[in-house]
Amino acid sequence: MNASLMTLELCVIALGVVLLLADFWVPNERKKFLAYAAIAALGGLFFISASGNGVCDLGGSAFNGAFVNDALAVFFKRLFLLAAMLVMFIAAEFSSRIEAAISEFYSLVLFALAGMLFAASSNDFVMLFVSIELITITFYVLVSFQRNKIASLEAGVKYLILGALSSAFMIFGIALIWGTTGELNFTKLAVLTPQFAASKIFLLGVLLVLVGLGFKIAAFPFQIWAPDVYQGAPTPTTAFLAIGSKAAGFVLLLRVLFSAVPAVTQQWANVLIVISGITILYGNLCALPQRNLKRLLGYSSISHAGYLLLGVAALSAAGQAAVLYYLAGYLFTVLAAFAVIAIVLKNLDNKDVAGLAGLNQRSPLLAATMTIAMVSLAGIPPLAGFFGKFLLLKAVLAQGATNHGYYCLAFTALVGVIISLYYYFSVVRAIYWGKDAADLSPIELSSPAKLTLWICLISIFWLGVFPNTVLNLANKAVEVFGAF
Amino acid sequence: MSILTYIAGWPLLAALVLLVVPRKYRLLFRYVALVATMMSALLAVKMFTQFLPGFDGYQFEQQVPWVDALGISYHVGVDGLNVGLILMGAIVAFAAACCSREIRTREKEFYILLLVMTAGILGAFASLDLFFFYFLHELALVPTFIMIGVWGRGEKKNYATFQITLYLSVGALIALIGLIALYLQCGANSFDIPKIIAHVQANPLAVKVQNFIFPLLLFGFGILVSLWPFHSWAPLGYGVAPSPTAMLHAGVLKKFGLYGLIRIALPLLPDAAQSWAYVIALLCLGNILYVGWVAMRQKDLNLLIGNSSVAHMGFIFLGLASLNLIGLTGAVLIMVAHGFLAALTFALSGYIYQQTGSLQISELGGLCRKLPFIGAALLMAMMAGCGLPGFANFVGEATVFFGAWQVFPWVTVFALWGALVIGGIYMTRAIRNVLHGPLPKTWESLFDVALLQHKAPYIMLLACLLIFGFWPRLLTEKITPDADKIVQMANAASEPTSVASASELRTTNSELRN
Repeated sequence: MNASLMTLELCVIALGVVLLLADFWVPNERKKFLAYAAIAALGGLFFISASGNGVCDLGGSAFNGAFVNDALAVFFKRLFLLAAMLVMFIAAEFSSRIEAAISEFYSLVLFALAGMLFAASSNDFVMLFVSIELITITFYVLVSFQRNKIASLEAGVKYLILGALSSAFMIFGIALIWGTTGELNFTKLAVLTPQFAASKIFLLGVLLVLVGLGFKIAAFPFQIWAPDVYQGAPTPTTAFLAIGSKAAGFVLLLRVLFSAVPAVTQQWANVLIVISGITILYGNLCALPQRNLKRLLGYSSISHAGYLLLGVAALSAAGQAAVLYYLAGYLFTVLAAFAVIAIVLKNLDNKDVAGLAGLNQRSPLLAATMTIAMVSLAGIPPLAGFFGKFLLLKAVLAQGATNHGYYCLAFTALVGVIISLYYYFSVVRAIYWGKDAADLSPIELSSPAKLTLWICLISIFWLGVFPNTVLNLANKAVEVFGAF
Repeated sequence: MSILTYIAGWPLLAALVLLVVPRKYRLLFRYVALVATMMSALLAVKMFTQFLPGFDGYQFEQQVPWVDALGISYHVGVDGLNVGLILMGAIVAFAAACCSREIRTREKEFYILLLVMTAGILGAFASLDLFFFYFLHELALVPTFIMIGVWGRGEKKNYATFQITLYLSVGALIALIGLIALYLQCGANSFDIPKIIAHVQANPLAVKVQNFIFPLLLFGFGILVSLWPFHSWAPLGYGVAPSPTAMLHAGVLKKFGLYGLIRIALPLLPDAAQSWAYVIALLCLGNILYVGWVAMRQKDLNLLIGNSSVAHMGFIFLGLASLNLIGLTGAVLIMVAHGFLAALTFALSGYIYQQTGSLQISELGGLCRKLPFIGAALLMAMMAGCGLPGFANFVGEATVFFGAWQVFPWVTVFALWGALVIGGIYMTRAIRNVLHGPLPKTWESLFDVALLQHKAPYIMLLACLLIFGFWPRLLTEKITPDADKIVQMANAASEPTSVASASELRTTNSELRN
């Protein structure tokens, strides 16, 4: 076993503990600097992971193959580190709304990040379960962090009950898989799967695991928690939930489907097609009447889970790479949107879309960022969302010759995009043409906030116009699944 | 680097420069935009004059790999089909920048969007890569929505913005699905249009596949071009759009859908194109007759112009549907001519709106007395719109009718009627009500364009209409060889029945050429 493979994870956990300890010595008005210190440290880790020197060697594995550090894991680890850095920026902006123990909030974000990093490297059902629990349990706390707000507590309770339920399903499924095959390691399981592909108990086990993962990514029919929790949770938590938790769900889903039980996945193409299609339609249709911005983004995140499932359902390397690319674009887009929400609406309890009225006069940068984020989520060129959707649609249509269901799926996705144009543009409309703005005072942006917004903006454009670098990384990452 | 990269690159560069210019230098925005669009217009004229008619293949080509994994590359080049469109686009963009004087609020954003839109349009027309073709078009489309939404006029602004955004986005998405399906089905594993064409010529697509993709492209692109019955966004959108936006969109950007059909759908999906030709011919009657009829009843000058511009699209579709050399050449001719014409009419109506604050035809009248220059220009534009010989539109429309007569005689009869009678009625009526008659007291204080540099955009557009009207050979000698290639591919259907008719057509084509 090679402990140095886990340098990133261990550093992140250590950083979280250090933050907790530093809390004792830092006076209240300076707590923001804890976040900036943590961001700097994460930036260092990101740099190390990106520079590709010995710290996170590709191809190594630890704990008898339960922990692998392949190209896929490294891709997602970078994604999670970036997400955590941006979320910390948002949290620092939002800190005035969290009355007590803000540094605990920061360290909980770091612990959740550690869980995500472990998830990226999971190659074993035990590792999968432990990392998912690490993520989920920290999120129970993060979601209900605004203890004086009923909505936040309610969201926390909902997330707790449904999360615990899905964990129960998942552990039951893992038990069934272990019981039938006697194996938990993905690589070894892949060899055994064909002979168990007809076993009902084994299939039920796989199904239950997928139920648990479906909860993480908020796919239909396990999406019910998403709008309530998105609405009630503190904005930085929602942001982290939207990208970090979803991406963790997807990396595990990809690993389980294509690395652990590929033989079963082949037979389930139609199930995936149906779930993807319904998720897209459900998310988009339910988002239409929403007036609460965070709830709207909750439903929109369901629909994006559906789009991402397009790439999974395509059962091809192109589809998997498209999922990775889409997540990279989604990261910046959704974090840009939540950063704006955190800054603009932090003093507004109902978070209504109308609260954005007159934003273009109050702060052109915020207005532009929100507009670009919405346009990118809608999938309009030249932004990241467009290229991601382009790749997903291409992957799905490429499979159309073998199974006509894929044509229906592509058509459904198209309908979804068209529906989504309406509500994304209604947000844009509220910004520029919103009537009776209650407050037209200019918003002063702190320089870290400006930095966050600019990073997101530039990345959204960069991923939309120069897709080559990230696409090559994504293509290399999905090579771990071999020729599926 | 190819001259085409410079033509599209100058506006984009200028947009990036303007992004960092502080807001207080208000004049600078205008001058930078003017210089950049003038540079691309001059370069486009240079390219047009250097273009060798009948050259086999593309000229001024440049190719830079972009996304290796998908076979996407930045590939630009011109042949007879797009050389005129790029020239027209660059000149209209310059004229639009000249006419942007009417914008008085948030100039910085406006000029940036205008320049991005210009770069997108010119790039899309020059692009020989399927991905960039679509991508650059969308790059030009999105600023349109924002410009209409922010600087639009009238009470219906929000509704019109919403409608045009949804409509055109839907159209673009449908076309996108068609393009992706085409890319996947042809199996060339490249987005390069010449490569795809070569590949498809060697292995034609199955008829079933063609019949699946062609409607997607036809209706996707058709929505973008306001093909009847998907046209209702256009008059309303142009009615509220600020005039530079209306000039660029109605004049240039709208031609993208037609160009896409000619460049991609006809040569790559010949069987489907033939079976759908009749449908297109019938739908184009909807544009010519129905929308022409609607135009007759308009009370607002801009809505009238918008409807007439939709009606003109019908002639282009008719030329396209005829699938023969004459018809297709005529279609490309009208695309260029109508670009100049639409830009000119929207620029003129924009000037009138600036002066009067109203475009209600009933409130106007006798404007020729106070605005002799604008009035005369509008009169000439309206006459060009009815297809008066001497203007480029006449050449195109006549050519289209000659081409279409061989294939759809009855449709042509109706279309002719629509062009000559209906078009004549609403145009002359508008002239009478707006320019002639008694001058209402309220308009006593109007003043005409005085300075030559302010007249320049109108003169420039009129001159182009006249030059190509009197000397269409400038365009036709360039268009014909490449239109011929498209026609041959479009008629090279794989089904035995249509092969016979195709060869028949080809002989008539070659006869006509001789």
